[in-house]
Amino acid sequence: MRDNFVRQLSELAKSDPRIFLMTADLGFRVLDGYAADFPKQYLNVGIAEQNMIGLATGMALDGRVVFTYSIGNFSTLRCLEQIRNDACYHKANVKVVAVGGGFSYGPLGISHHATEDLSIMRALPDITVVAPGDQWETREATKALVERNGTAYLRLDKSSAPASVRSTDTFVLGRARKIREGSDITLAATGGILGAALEAADALVEQGIACRVLSVHTIKPFDTEAIIRACKETGGIVTIEEHTIDGGLGSAVAETCLEAGVTPQFFRRIGLRAGFSSIVGGQEYLRREYGMDAASIAKAVAELISARSPKFSLRRAK
Amino acid sequence: MERSAAAAPQKKPRHAPRTATEELAKRIRRHAVRMTNLGGSSHVGSVLSMADIVAVLYGGIMRVDPSNPQRPNRDRFILSKGHAGAGIYAALAESGFFPIEWLEKHCADGSVLSGHVSHKGVPGVELSTGSLGHGLPVGAGMAYGAKLDGADRRVFVVLSDGECDEGSTWEAVMFSSHHRLDNLTAIVDYNKIQSLATVAETLALEPFADKWRAFGWSVIELDGHDHQALYDNLSDLPAVNGKPTCILAHTVKGKGVSFMERTVLWHYRTPRGSEYDEALNELISDE
Repeated sequence: MRDNFVRQLSELAKSDPRIFLMTADLGFRVLDGYAADFPKQYLNVGIAEQNMIGLATGMALDGRVVFTYSIGNFSTLRCLEQIRNDACYHKANVKVVAVGGGFSYGPLGISHHATEDLSIMRALPDITVVAPGDQWETREATKALVERNGTAYLRLDKSSAPASVRSTDTFVLGRARKIREGSDITLAATGGILGAALEAADALVEQGIACRVLSVHTIKPFDTEAIIRACKETGGIVTIEEHTIDGGLGSAVAETCLEAGVTPQFFRRIGLRAGFSSIVGGQEYLRREYGMDAASIAKAVAELISARSPKFSLRRAK
Repeated sequence: MERSAAAAPQKKPRHAPRTATEELAKRIRRHAVRMTNLGGSSHVGSVLSMADIVAVLYGGIMRVDPSNPQRPNRDRFILSKGHAGAGIYAALAESGFFPIEWLEKHCADGSVLSGHVSHKGVPGVELSTGSLGHGLPVGAGMAYGAKLDGADRRVFVVLSDGECDEGSTWEAVMFSSHHRLDNLTAIVDYNKIQSLATVAETLALEPFADKWRAFGWSVIELDGHDHQALYDNLSDLPAVNGKPTCILAHTVKGKGVSFMERTVLWHYRTPRGSEYDEALNELISDE
């Protein structure tokens, strides 16, 4: 995702001199090409994220579209108040980019596990929060965020769902993408873990469970319509996020349903449930460990359905 | 006081609009006392200490246009010590950015004139602040952008001494000299008192000028209530080509109201009753 983001930004920067990329001294070898091609649209500001957001705001208020690049929580939590007061409150064209959503940097430890960023950024007013699920969404999101005025957060993942784009697909910020149709249950995923959701949906077909799969690439503004439709048209909803279950995608779905007065027959949030992720390991390992890999998702969905629906418990029994 | 030894060019005699800026400063002070009284707010000591700096900037230095607050190549002003917002609202109203009557609504229910300076609905405010350590990074971004654009707009940031406790201030200090932002001027309202005690007792900044110099800035120390000194130095920027300028303005917190001067109390206290009357009297009889 990271590389596709930089490639897309390079394409845009060629014809749009407003585009500016700042890094807080991260992106070894990733940004070299961009930096060489656009020396007047690039700056390494040093390891100073608070200053970076302030600088970006100052430049954005005078007409630039500034992407700030760092990894994990450094992009967001380290400079949260600057994002809130400087960028968002002034509706400045600052696009905060974090490489390494969720467990992308799993082996590096909890400092590098970005597992609360979506809920925290989502709480800010006047911000767009995007976590693409695959490479196509990454490129489309980059384009869309340049076009959309105001502050945004772009969470990029190391993992990515396999290409699933059809020629008829359009990427619209704030509109979930239906990747797979199904009526028994909806799997709503955000970020690269969309790949695990799709894999789980494949496995569930063998058990006679047809999943609708939504890529909820935009967490804010939230696509309440797609969620309400999923409630009405499918049996229930399981949300999947490589992130704490507190305040992220799952919470947004629950809020949406209750406020709209629609009740899914099944509802389950798959994500980090308790405490810090203090063990380390690769992204796949940590997903297994915390019950959010494809097999765990499929198991959770099958159990949920068989517990609530006689139709499936019978089918499962034979 | 004296200009830094490294940068002491011979000054040509100038015609300073001193009387006008001194008059503006008096009006800002009176507004500030009245606004904090009406709004039941405070930080009045912080406004009084910077009133002369702000008056010289708005009255004689900055290229801003009240009839077109968004004029593209205007100079940019940031009040990083946002708690002294009353002083900026007063300066803007007096300069014609919005009607003076608006000042009556400072901190009132439903008002846009918040205790900490906000840009929403207030013509002429470039940046909303209130949390310390935010202004200089944004000002540095504006100055860096102007350099990239080859534009001659300048950026002025007024900081409190207390907010030099904030690490983010020093991040921007380092950045600005590294990138030779000589279109950026930081004016520190060095009144030596922060919210609970003196700067010296809380977290010593001295040797303060040396710190800025060591970080690559050109430093001018002056009396922040001396309009001639402020005008002369601010008319002759940058002090050194290729370096951002720090004006360390030695000020008196609460300046102009005898019982508010040099007290910690009047950082937060609201002027009411006889204290309010007496404060206004002192500011009026000063004419």
